[in-house]
Amino acid sequence: MKFRIDQPGMLSTIQDLGRWEYLGQGMPLAGAMDPLSLRTGNLMVGNSHNTAAMEITLLGPSITVLEGEATAVVAGADLGLTVNGEKWPCWKCFALRPEDRITFSGPAGKGCRAYLCLSGGIDVQPVMGSRSTYLRGKLGGCSGRALQKGDILTTGKPHPLWKKFQGFRCSSELLPCFGEQNVLKAVPGPQDYLFTEKGLETFFSSEYTISSSADRMGYRLEGPVIEHRDGADIISDAIPPGSVQVPGSGQPIIMLADGQTTGGYAKIAVITSMARCVLAQLLPGGSVRFQRISQREAISEARQMEQKLSKLNEARAVFSTRKETVNPDRIMEEDARSGSMKLKIDGKHWDIQWELIE
Amino acid sequence: MNNGNEQAKILPAGDSCLFVDFGSSIALDINGKVQDLRVKLEKRSFPGVRELVPTYRSLAIYFDISELDLDRFIGELEALLPHVETPDPSSVRKVTIPVCYGERFGPDLENVASLHGITSDEVIRIHSTGEYYCYMLGFTPGFPYLGGMDKSIAAPRLDSPREVIPAGSVGIAGTQTGIYPIESPGGWQLIGRTPLKLFDAGRTPPILLEAGIWITFSPITETEFERISRQVSSGTWDVASIKDGGH
Repeated sequence: MKFRIDQPGMLSTIQDLGRWEYLGQGMPLAGAMDPLSLRTGNLMVGNSHNTAAMEITLLGPSITVLEGEATAVVAGADLGLTVNGEKWPCWKCFALRPEDRITFSGPAGKGCRAYLCLSGGIDVQPVMGSRSTYLRGKLGGCSGRALQKGDILTTGKPHPLWKKFQGFRCSSELLPCFGEQNVLKAVPGPQDYLFTEKGLETFFSSEYTISSSADRMGYRLEGPVIEHRDGADIISDAIPPGSVQVPGSGQPIIMLADGQTTGGYAKIAVITSMARCVLAQLLPGGSVRFQRISQREAISEARQMEQKLSKLNEARAVFSTRKETVNPDRIMEEDARSGSMKLKIDGKHWDIQWELIE
Repeated sequence: MNNGNEQAKILPAGDSCLFVDFGSSIALDINGKVQDLRVKLEKRSFPGVRELVPTYRSLAIYFDISELDLDRFIGELEALLPHVETPDPSSVRKVTIPVCYGERFGPDLENVASLHGITSDEVIRIHSTGEYYCYMLGFTPGFPYLGGMDKSIAAPRLDSPREVIPAGSVGIAGTQTGIYPIESPGGWQLIGRTPLKLFDAGRTPPILLEAGIWITFSPITETEFERISRQVSSGTWDVASIKDGGH
């Protein structure tokens, strides 16, 4: 399928799960800020977890389909998705055909990032093994930059049953939950020993506000000063995404996808993979709290999430085998009490009425 | 085997990473151990290990949460640590970077010279006869953290940083020397430039340098600079030519 960007929105970039092989050589990971939403969306349209999608930030793009077809889903925050002028929920797969238009009317609730996942993924040239955009380095994704008006993109080879996933909406207990909470679980270390007991206590019990310096590189927080034992400088070592650096100011900085790979400020803790997804949905002005968790507990929680994703994958597969001869691609109106429904099937409008007979 | 590795610490870094700290200073023997552990882990290909990031005194081990058996892996690490040692110097890779010093490529060369009351040629001689150890890459893709620069050519950063430092620029900041892989702003005193691309996303390998190697700089003329630049641009420059003195 070929599609065109009519308006790029606030910040729309092509991302997959990041550029792993060169972390040891100074190349930041990049990739989705909310990997869980990306992976869920990908599974819903029959893609592998690491397929490239469009990361949408706050104000989404306007897109026109030029040629071909696909199955799509918007996974993540509700940013006001409309398809051909009609509202469509996120976390529900829909069909795309030539001349279809996607727009976003604005954030409708909590959360600020979402992923437009298309069957077959977005087919841009991989750079150093990944399709993720590293903005600062001007590489990857769509020519190393955010999407612009006039950009034309295509999708890759989809799952053979891609069309059967249209209408799939997985149950709410299988969806990642975010935006309703602001507690970030964090594993203390690797330099927690460079902070006083008081400093650790402050970190794990206070509320911090997200400053206006919050982007794909990292989120600067403001709040009670965190006390070091003897200065903030360390001999530079690695910065895993999610690291909470505390420089001399005592104000924490959470390093994220596009952050540098190495650095010289003490790291009091590293937030969990799931906490990174929670954080990616929060905006400047929002507040966060940190909750202590051990590495083992964090791994156990993450594995539970992996099981959820497996269940979702199965649910999608089961959905595609359902014996329906009609596959409505859009339910326009539905009113069970009056016994009527307006459907759009394969581009044609149907008006269906029924009567309760007992 | 008592090689002091009982001092090595295994530390958690979130839910997908472990650090192995070998010490608390910048030293060749400590960094050598970081490199040795990296090589040993690469050879072993433990299931679930995704990426290894060597830094001055610690190795970060990134792993896949669902694939890695944490207890088993830590057990293997602890069994491995007593055997980790600083590599034999003769086995360490050496590369030579061609540099055209001064003129339009080194606008601060005379400044560095006059700071020490020596000639520009002396600065070039001291810089290009030094041997520099690459402790790690970081800051930007391919940027080397080099140790071993002679203090007799140390120079403070510029009061006003330049907005644009061309890619390949070789400079001095304090007692550190280095090369800018990509164009960026900066306050280093620029003494020369290499025609090589330290970072080229489309090339194999995309990043020329790696941690744990020795680097020397070899002076070249402007004519040679142009010749090598043309080869680099046309894709005919041979990556292997930087090994041990050739270019």
